[in-house]
Amino acid sequence: MTTLATQPLLSTDRLVKRFGGLLATDNVSIDVVPGEIHALIGPNGAGKTTLVGQLTGNVTPDSGTIRFAGQDITRLPTHKRVHLGLARSFQITSVLREFTALENVALAVQAHVGHSFRFLADARNDESLRGPARRGLEEVGLGDRANTLAAALSHGEQRQLEIAMALAGDPSLLLLDEPMAGMGVEESQRMIGFLRALKSKRAMLLIEHDMDAVFQLADRITVLVYGRAIASGTPAEIRANKDVRQAYLGDDGMVA
Amino acid sequence: MIAALRTPRGLITALVLLVLAVLPLLTQAFDQRYLLSIGTRIVIWSIAAVSLNMILGYGGLVSFGHAVFFGIGGYAVGILSAHGVSSGWIQWPVALIAATLWAALIGALSLRTRGLYFIMITLAFAQLVYYVGGGLEAYGADDGLNISRSRFPGLIDLRDKATFYWLCFAALCGTLWFCSRFANSRFGHVIRGAKSNDLRMTALGFPVFRYRLVAFTLSGTFGGLAGILLANEGAYISPAMMSWVKSGDLIVIVVLGGMGTLFGPLFGTIAFFVLEESLPPLLNLFAKGWGEYWQIVFGPMLILIALYARGGIDSLFGQRS
Repeated sequence: MTTLATQPLLSTDRLVKRFGGLLATDNVSIDVVPGEIHALIGPNGAGKTTLVGQLTGNVTPDSGTIRFAGQDITRLPTHKRVHLGLARSFQITSVLREFTALENVALAVQAHVGHSFRFLADARNDESLRGPARRGLEEVGLGDRANTLAAALSHGEQRQLEIAMALAGDPSLLLLDEPMAGMGVEESQRMIGFLRALKSKRAMLLIEHDMDAVFQLADRITVLVYGRAIASGTPAEIRANKDVRQAYLGDDGMVA
Repeated sequence: MIAALRTPRGLITALVLLVLAVLPLLTQAFDQRYLLSIGTRIVIWSIAAVSLNMILGYGGLVSFGHAVFFGIGGYAVGILSAHGVSSGWIQWPVALIAATLWAALIGALSLRTRGLYFIMITLAFAQLVYYVGGGLEAYGADDGLNISRSRFPGLIDLRDKATFYWLCFAALCGTLWFCSRFANSRFGHVIRGAKSNDLRMTALGFPVFRYRLVAFTLSGTFGGLAGILLANEGAYISPAMMSWVKSGDLIVIVVLGGMGTLFGPLFGTIAFFVLEESLPPLLNLFAKGWGEYWQIVFGPMLILIALYARGGIDSLFGQRS
């Protein structure tokens, strides 16, 4: 793992989050270095969503720090983190349903081209927004669905749109919250291919239930159980790890 | 522009605007002066409804205290007038600034809440101003205060009913023009996106609160404009102009006309006033004395609209392009 030698893009230091008596994040220290896909796995209720929430700024940690691109972002509001280059996709498809696919991505582009306190000029035919948006749609393979309402897209297409929106600001790190959720085998394979191609350009923190996808894509895997990172390493190391087998994968054999 | 006339919506909208534009001539020709006064109130209320629609229709923010801007705009004019400041050049800017600042303050506090809490807090702020208005003994307290119309010496005479009507109509056109630009602007897209999914908009990098605050404030400015005109129309101010019932009426008007559509609030206001004026005499035709209870008919009509014409009156004119 030569990449580990480089400065991490994102790192957390002993992050703690409690909900009443429940320790949802228990001293988690993880990092993502440029150019890698770091997968976060764990059984339901392991605290993955809470951890992601702290990274995006939707949940405030009780203690510990989060650093991104050399800056302490622990208390930074969500929208400012996005502008530093930390973008996310949502576990539950979260596109703007009343807008067309193109308008969805155009809005994402708009978020990154300075403020939007422009009240009078018509934004509907603004090529400085639509041009990049169209290219973004083509990149994820939705070029021919540009003028379809997001609500009318298939589930898989909506997931692709999610990614296009997250990519609009040219982020250096993508937080992918179960990008394959609810996808068929074929759609999943296409998404895996797409994410792999994307890897050279940006780092990713991948939260995913689909073990096939995780082992195909990840450079490193961290296993979260009851809020604690019980193991972290290459896919091969994780496969061989006894604690992981016991706590998460069940002793009766490993995936693939 | 011409092509728009070929759709039913475009044709009806053009007709409505045309009739409104020449209304003083019509009422004079048919000698129905009373109708001009109703027409003036329709135009003023439309301004308020269009301004509410900016946050309610496009932004999805149910503000249940919009009539407070009638009050702020009206009282600013009335109080100045009571102290002998009758020039509109002073009254109107002061009133607009007061409404804008108040909207910014209410917005800064209320927009931190969501859903029901937002409804309650906007209502609470409006009630606060309502009771303050009722306590202002120097300005008539609950009884209100007669004032004289704003003066623009050498420019126009607002005491002339037709002139005043046309000024209101021009203000409505200006408000509609702004709203049409706003709806399709970058700013408007952020507001509409946040209505659809504000978490997503934040995750895209938009400071949603800031955009909503500006929209809320702008909406208050135009609401204040309606308040200025309303005080001038009746040459009278009273707390009743900002009672919560008026705020409710404004919401009803926007929903009735079509939320998030440009002309919906205008259609809604016309329908509201026409029904308010015509249902009582109609009911009296069937049964003497029933006119008082016109809302027995009006209420079910609203329910039917809410159930079967989700897009309001505007949606009856065909699909939106």
